[in-house]
Amino acid sequence: MNTLILPWDWHRVVIEPWSSGASIYGWILLMGFLINLTCGLIGNYFILRRMALIGDAISHSVLPGMAIAFLVAGAWHLPIATEGTPSPVPEGFSHGMAMVIGAGIAGIVTGLIIEWIHQKSRIKQDAAIGITFSTLFALGVVIISLYADKVHLDADCVLHGEIAFIPLEPFLTIGTHPIAPAPVVQMGVVAILTALGISLFYKELLVSSFDPGLAHATGIRADWIHYGLMIWLSVVVVSAFESVGAILVIAMLILPGASASLLSQRLHIMLAWSSLHALLSSLIGLHLAIWWDTSIAGSMVVAGSGLFFLCWLISPSQGPLWRRLRRKSSTDTKAAATQHLSKTYS
Amino acid sequence: MNHRGLLKPFNNLWLLVSLWIGTWQARADRIGEMVDISLKDQFIRFASMEDPALRFALAGGVILGILCGMMGTFLVIRKLSLVGDTISHAVLPGVAAGFLWNMEKDPLAILIGATLAGLMGMVLVSQLTRHTRLKEDTALGMILAGFFGVGICLMGMIQRLPTGNKSGMDKFLFGQAAALGWEEIQIMALVGLIALSMIYLFYKELLVSSFDASFARSIRIPVDWIHHGFMLLLAFAIVISLEAVGVVLVSAMLIIPAATAFLLSDRMHWMLLWACMVGVMAGVGGVFFSFLGQKLPTGPFMVLSAAVLFALALFFAPRHGMLARWWLRRSRTLRIQRENALKAVFHIMEKETFTKEGVAVIALARSKGQTLKITERTCRELERAGLATLSHEEKALYLTPDGMRRAQTIVRNHRLWERYLTDAANYAPDHVHDDAEEIEHILGEDTVRMLERQFNFVERDPDGKPIPTIQHIASSDQTQASKSQGISGYRNSS
Repeated sequence: MNTLILPWDWHRVVIEPWSSGASIYGWILLMGFLINLTCGLIGNYFILRRMALIGDAISHSVLPGMAIAFLVAGAWHLPIATEGTPSPVPEGFSHGMAMVIGAGIAGIVTGLIIEWIHQKSRIKQDAAIGITFSTLFALGVVIISLYADKVHLDADCVLHGEIAFIPLEPFLTIGTHPIAPAPVVQMGVVAILTALGISLFYKELLVSSFDPGLAHATGIRADWIHYGLMIWLSVVVVSAFESVGAILVIAMLILPGASASLLSQRLHIMLAWSSLHALLSSLIGLHLAIWWDTSIAGSMVVAGSGLFFLCWLISPSQGPLWRRLRRKSSTDTKAAATQHLSKTYS
Repeated sequence: MNHRGLLKPFNNLWLLVSLWIGTWQARADRIGEMVDISLKDQFIRFASMEDPALRFALAGGVILGILCGMMGTFLVIRKLSLVGDTISHAVLPGVAAGFLWNMEKDPLAILIGATLAGLMGMVLVSQLTRHTRLKEDTALGMILAGFFGVGICLMGMIQRLPTGNKSGMDKFLFGQAAALGWEEIQIMALVGLIALSMIYLFYKELLVSSFDASFARSIRIPVDWIHHGFMLLLAFAIVISLEAVGVVLVSAMLIIPAATAFLLSDRMHWMLLWACMVGVMAGVGGVFFSFLGQKLPTGPFMVLSAAVLFALALFFAPRHGMLARWWLRRSRTLRIQRENALKAVFHIMEKETFTKEGVAVIALARSKGQTLKITERTCRELERAGLATLSHEEKALYLTPDGMRRAQTIVRNHRLWERYLTDAANYAPDHVHDDAEEIEHILGEDTVRMLERQFNFVERDPDGKPIPTIQHIASSDQTQASKSQGISGYRNSS
């Protein structure tokens, strides 16, 4: 058991990553934060719209989309399939584009199949979700294992990702000056677009999430927003996929928003809280992973879950601490009141 | 073994093949491990079940199919489909902890650890939904992924450990039925037997508390205890399926066979039977396909086999399939169209006080507000259904006795219902027409007769038009009295 949890070593766990290993851990932390942030922001809306499990479904079903994108790109001799040949855009970029398109299509197909099964037969929505995403995921795994030489996806990586390899990815360059690893750049672009999209369509998203009827009455196309969110989630998931995998991304989607909803009831404050949760969980998770010498993405989820339970504990509206305090104060006032009454009437 | 009986006519061939296979036998002690062998030979190897690993895998697939089908049926009808998904992901830290117990892949320790972890996940979900404002889907998703993260961390730590036989730990992620050994099969069979006998013993209680929890409470069935016991069984079932299907796809084996059964039957015991059958077929199919290829994971193929069966049921199920539904809807719209046309003909004839034998097609088109072309098509359809005949140049339409009877029936339904709405339901007389227009097609004979009795065989509708009585209908029915359809044909086409 001693070797399972390595002894706490201040120097190894906290100092070293930021002195000698800063160039590695910096990128990892940045990537982790960007993923947590993007997923957390968009996750707020999925929680509000009771689509948390559709998020679960989409995170699984982007897998066949990516695998098929690989195969199609290989058949068309797009740059991603011919490694080593020089191409006008860096390899990682076009690689990313093909996968983003494949995943976007997969996301919308998932949404449509779920709706279709649910509406055209007597199968309930939860069962429809379960059937759709598990079948698509199985299809993805089968494609990957059948065409292992053409599809550069690792089946195990699908489940938990390998964020530790981020600093080893080819750097995107401007001229000769390297900027950042390609996945980090991609995730950064997705994060900026997400933030931009939320600030642009804040009102529409707010109204359609809380009151679809009012949204319809004011001419907001709720169904466009519904499918738009699904497509965008698949883009987010696919950008985060190789780093955190299909399942941990669900945690990053739900945990920040769920924690924030325990701390506030106002949407913009919730968004702020979930950003803070994203930052803290990636920072703490990184150090936990160094301490335990284990999966970084997994540790970020562990840290995020820990923060969630902390939020639950201190939540002013729903947490056990405040509830106890409130109960005590209310019983105190009640006791005082009865005392007062009994005194006056006796 | 019965497959030998099957192959009896090909005895010589069989001998040759088995001799030939024998040369491969030394290398083929794990299914799907052969590198260059044709599909046909693989198929024969599969059918022969010579490999012990294949026999174990098949046994595992069959047990898994039965068990998951059974448990899944209750999940699907309780609308808890995704609970299985959550439990199956949440067991991962338990699997790791069970391994840490004595640093070995001890099936029993892993079973206990995983079951505890899954139950803990479910308890947390119920606590979260009870004590916070988080919705159930959020709580399920959060526990699913959070526990999975813990599990991944623990697995990472285990991989780092210098000691212990940790081979096969990664099998829990995607499942490899070939990795099943005698010990695992024994545990699977034991858990399967326990689950089966529990379901058999408490079938009635489970049934009642699944379909109507408040009624179950009122007849003093301990609903909560049944629920907890069921969750415990479910956790067991999921954990023993892990090694064959993997963490991610267990939920599919719970949901898909049960959903297929849900499309095929309305009775619980038939659903259970169907779900088990689909589950077994999917399990065997998965083992077969992963055996055909090389080192393919079993779980995804089981799920795909199940999904194919589900898709078949979705389209071709006798009552709830899409084709059946489409056909039903189509025949219903056609019937309503026919009946509306008959009614229009009747109205025209009534206006002419039944002096003429037939109706001009052009008059019919005018009264329905349709183009001549559409009306002619409708008329031909009536003719094909034997309800009317067209004149030589398709200018006039004559109702057959059968058509006349149907038309009178519809008009009778319509006017009696208007009478009911004005007299018994206190509708204004000018508000009753649209409602009657809808219901005239689905009123049954007994309802109509009841209405007639209730209104003392009234002869006029609220507009003062005569309501055709049963005597009218009988008198117009001269030739085809034997053709006793339900009066509006409703029962026959539903």
